[in-house]
Amino acid sequence: MASSNHDPVDLSRIFDVLVIGGGNAALCAAMTARETGADVLLLECAPRELRGGNSRHTRNLRYLHKSGDHILTGPYLEDEFWDDLLRVTEGQTDEELARLTLRESAEVGRWMEQHGCRFQPPLKGTLHLARTNAHFLGGGKALMNAYYVTAEKSGVGILYDAEVQDIEIQDGRFASASVLSNGTTHTVRAKAVVAASGGFQANISWLKDAWGDAADNFIIRGSPYDTGKVLRVLLDLGAKPVGDPRQCHAVALDARAPKFDGGIVTRLDCVPLGIAVNNQGVRFYDEGEEFWPKRYAIWGRLIAHQPDQIAYAIIDSKSIDLFMPSVFPPIEADSIGELAEKLTLDPSTVEKTVTAFNRSVKPGTFDLSALDDCVTEGLDIPKSHWARPIDKPPFYGYPLRPGITFTYLGLSVNHRAQVIMQDGEPVPNIFAAGEIMAGNILGRGYLAGFGMTIGTVWGRIAGKEAAHVAIG
Amino acid sequence: MAICNACRYCEGFCAVFPAMERRRTFTDADLKYLANLCHNCRDCYYACQYAPPHEFDLNFPKILGALRQETYRESAWPASFAGLFARNGFWVSLITVLCVLAVLFFTFLLKGPSAVFASYHGENAFYRVIPYLMIVLPFSALGIYILTSLFKGVMRFWRETDAQMEDLLDLNAHIRAVWDVMRLKYLDGGGYGCNYPDDRFSMIRRWFHHFVFYGFTLCLASTTLAAVYHHIFHWNAPYPFFSWPVVLGTCGGVALIAGAGGLLYLKTQMDAAPAVPRAFSMDISFIILLLLTSITGLLLLLLRETSAMGILLVLHVGIVFGLFITLPYGKFVHAVYRYAALVRNAAEQMREDRLNR
Repeated sequence: MASSNHDPVDLSRIFDVLVIGGGNAALCAAMTARETGADVLLLECAPRELRGGNSRHTRNLRYLHKSGDHILTGPYLEDEFWDDLLRVTEGQTDEELARLTLRESAEVGRWMEQHGCRFQPPLKGTLHLARTNAHFLGGGKALMNAYYVTAEKSGVGILYDAEVQDIEIQDGRFASASVLSNGTTHTVRAKAVVAASGGFQANISWLKDAWGDAADNFIIRGSPYDTGKVLRVLLDLGAKPVGDPRQCHAVALDARAPKFDGGIVTRLDCVPLGIAVNNQGVRFYDEGEEFWPKRYAIWGRLIAHQPDQIAYAIIDSKSIDLFMPSVFPPIEADSIGELAEKLTLDPSTVEKTVTAFNRSVKPGTFDLSALDDCVTEGLDIPKSHWARPIDKPPFYGYPLRPGITFTYLGLSVNHRAQVIMQDGEPVPNIFAAGEIMAGNILGRGYLAGFGMTIGTVWGRIAGKEAAHVAIG
Repeated sequence: MAICNACRYCEGFCAVFPAMERRRTFTDADLKYLANLCHNCRDCYYACQYAPPHEFDLNFPKILGALRQETYRESAWPASFAGLFARNGFWVSLITVLCVLAVLFFTFLLKGPSAVFASYHGENAFYRVIPYLMIVLPFSALGIYILTSLFKGVMRFWRETDAQMEDLLDLNAHIRAVWDVMRLKYLDGGGYGCNYPDDRFSMIRRWFHHFVFYGFTLCLASTTLAAVYHHIFHWNAPYPFFSWPVVLGTCGGVALIAGAGGLLYLKTQMDAAPAVPRAFSMDISFIILLLLTSITGLLLLLLRETSAMGILLVLHVGIVFGLFITLPYGKFVHAVYRYAALVRNAAEQMREDRLNR
């Protein structure tokens, strides 16, 4: 980059606040701590070009607001927000922390704009979020760019390619972190630390501990740098875990997606328009259960439980233009048998599945914008909406894999974002924000744009509290 | 392009992404249209999660920039001059130098060397160095040639991009497009400017471009007005300092120097990653030619009472010849293809609005 020549950061001094991580939560914490008066160093383990963790793949965030404005079409109040959260988590949330998140989120829209965020009206394809979620102009990477500019300007020290490998605790307090930077390990001391280094979703061997060999077939949608190193170190030091290691945000992705960092473009929205079969050629779940935006996050887990963790979506030419295009072209054929062959499935089984499905479809009025009356009758696994016979060639197929967005196993925190140890006591100067502690609030399920809400709210809490601890 | 249409995060920056979303699949013709609709603000490059070093290696502004270069070559008229777009800086410089030499040569031939180095006062001073007809006849011919060439180019571009002829005749689309041009709407990146010269948002490039655009317009207005003075009122140049042609020309020249100088400076500061290297010499040579035109023009104004007038006039007229001869074969053509693309975009937008109503 032409600009931004920084002085090399002097790692020998004692910083007030050390922020580990380089995504949304980390930047919110660093900016807040700096504005509270602290001397702040932020350590991002990715290189500058790939900075921002999973936040670089996001596009909006959900926050409480009393009325609509130039970017949001209407109010979104605490009761509705809480109901939404309760529904997706099925109650697996800490009500105190969750309600704190919702209330604090009322402030973030304005705060974000003051820190360089630019909002825009919702994108095409996300109109269902127009009332609840504010969209970043250009998406999450543009937001991260803006935050880095703001953080740099305010005097936050930033080191890229800097990986925290270990943390030293003395007398029950954080003392220092050992940081690998430019091939050398440095001991960086600080009066307080904020761990905002994400989940462990890019750590396949850790995923295997929870999922077994199935994890080899998972696609990681986000940053390959989210290996959970700091999470592991803190858990090993006796931090109290929260959440189930198998719980994560997992969606159905095009199986041809890159192993890491494929982001938004590999998602496939065509499942409710046709059928999905596993590699045995049979259906395994109601494709039309609910609106896709409300259901797409369960399909990652559904596919993870199928043999070889793979599935295939099959639609016909009636539906090909009805969903957002994905980056990979569909596999196309003039008959179901030929399509099955191209998808490496057994043609006769798939033909049988499709014939049985087509026969069971009841006449109805197809309407994607509503839970319509196009249903099947007589199938073991019904399709409850948008069921239309798959009979108009050419036929199209997409291979699907589970795509992990982020894992939920994390660090327990209190309302000040302090990390709680297994004895139930918080460490006075270790704080956590973002995905690394999202499991406190999101025990399961997901709400669109809520990861960024957690990151922003808790980044700000952690930054402020850490600065207070450090500078008194 | 499949990546962009599946992602759509950049929808808010400019007209290219909404135009892309009106299509589900893309032909080469569509791509060429979108490439010329692109104002190269680079906002999408820095916002792109798939930009290098990501394995998708998506450098959208660079792809579109390369396509624009192709458009310029393919649509050149006559086609045999398309080669001037390769090594454009070299050709533009060579042609300009030759023009200056040619003006000098004919001046010597017609008026003798002493005419160039004498000092003059009063009416018709310029034409005592370079005869009136030697300016007017070639420039008139050149004007007709340039208009023909650019018109042919646009028609070819319209055909090559599979655009509808009725859109080109849509007056409302033209009104919208002119308004877009006058504001440079799509250099505003959804309200915050370009990521130029680096990854921060800034309006600076838009301002400099405005200076160039309106400076150029003022200079054209000045020349046109001077022609009116000459032919209709029979008032002969040079005109006094506070006459309209001189005031317009001076303002235009100063604006051009500020704008072109600013753009040149930004070019030296810019992040080269999203740029097309081949376009560099074309961009630079056009900017420098604009600068030289304005500088010699203003110097001519300041020193027209001295013996430097003759040589400055030769230089100025020669450079202006160079500028105009290379107009259809250099950076200037971006303006006509961009305008054509904006007209089409406006027509498509209005069709979409009508459908949604």
